[in-house]
Amino acid sequence: MSDLWTLFLQASFVSNMPLSLFLGLCTFIALSRRTEAALGLGVAMIGVMGVTVPLNQVIYDGLLAPGAWGWAGLPELDLSYLSLIAFIGVIAATVQLLEMVLDRFFPAIHAAFGVFLPLLTVQCAILAGSLFMVERRYTLPESVVFGLGSGLGFAVAVVMLSAIRSRLAYADLPDGLRGLGITFVLAGLMSLGFASFALMAAE
Amino acid sequence: MARATGLWGTLTAPLLRENPITLQILGLCSALAVTTSMATALTMSVALTVVLTLAAGLISLIRRHIPDTIRLIVQIVIVASLVIVIDQVLQAWFFEISRALSVFVGLITTNCLVLGRTEGFARHNPPLPAMVDAFGNGLGYSLILLVIGALRELFGKGELFGQTILPLADEGGWFTPLSLMLLAPSAFFLLGGLVWAIRSVMTGQAEAPEHVAPRQGEPAE
Repeated sequence: MSDLWTLFLQASFVSNMPLSLFLGLCTFIALSRRTEAALGLGVAMIGVMGVTVPLNQVIYDGLLAPGAWGWAGLPELDLSYLSLIAFIGVIAATVQLLEMVLDRFFPAIHAAFGVFLPLLTVQCAILAGSLFMVERRYTLPESVVFGLGSGLGFAVAVVMLSAIRSRLAYADLPDGLRGLGITFVLAGLMSLGFASFALMAAE
Repeated sequence: MARATGLWGTLTAPLLRENPITLQILGLCSALAVTTSMATALTMSVALTVVLTLAAGLISLIRRHIPDTIRLIVQIVIVASLVIVIDQVLQAWFFEISRALSVFVGLITTNCLVLGRTEGFARHNPPLPAMVDAFGNGLGYSLILLVIGALRELFGKGELFGQTILPLADEGGWFTPLSLMLLAPSAFFLLGGLVWAIRSVMTGQAEAPEHVAPRQGEPAE
């Protein structure tokens, strides 16, 4: 139990997806202009990552890993090179399904998400979650915790960044630094802050 | 001649004027993660440029046969197949670098730069301009990657491509390495500074302020 809790904290704060691993930066920077949009993105990230990482773990273990077809008399079959296509297919299907369910049962939430939901298909952080799961050989419970934790870390980071940016809209910045430039500097400062979590974990 | 100028313009525009990273905000993730050394930055640049050019050519070839509703899936499958090939090639011949790049080669699949260019340009243009545009964007991406990679490796380790340039203090030289340069925050700071520098020279790229301060002496409402 405590191992899973450690993994959760590790995934959400110590190796935070956008700030220490640089994953999902495009949406992180592009959608952090407004706090409402950032909140919607964060919730969608938690949902999608919490579903896709365990699902991909099951698919990888059951169909793609070396030796997974041993029961069928094909112990030497190694399909792991297909994992990239399988993962991206699962992610695209999950996002599509989530969109349809929300549209049917929770139209208000669906309207709030707007165009961000389909964009999640090409979010590097989500695919990276599944790839890390393979690289670090997580089991099923571990991958559930890892997916939820990474999603939460992303949500916290993007909401914080959008809060700072909405304050900075009133600041008098040099012309060239306004917008994208200052956002990178902000992300750097936040990344310094999150680096201190790594020290806490080491102790 | 006019055609040649058009192609040349398509090729050179993404280098600085419409750079994918500093202006279009595309392909950031991998740009920052792999720039701790020149070798990984160069490998990543080459891999991305190859995938981007081939994907743009292929998608442009079949652009009239892709139904609009499923075009995203088709594009992603094409890109993912190319990435798998590149990944296998790297693992076969450059195993060390492939280990250092970790999952980031696989992540070329979801690199917004690839999908952005195929969706935004290759889908509406014949193969030749599409591939030229993709190649130009790949070069623009590589340029930023190599600049940041060079700065981080030079000041973080005193090396370029693993060759010592600045002799380190603990090896009898004079240079004390800035270990911050190898950590995550410095990549953000360097890229922010780079954006600032480019936009100071090309003032047309600066973003308009969201709020203009009211002039002094006037009553607000």
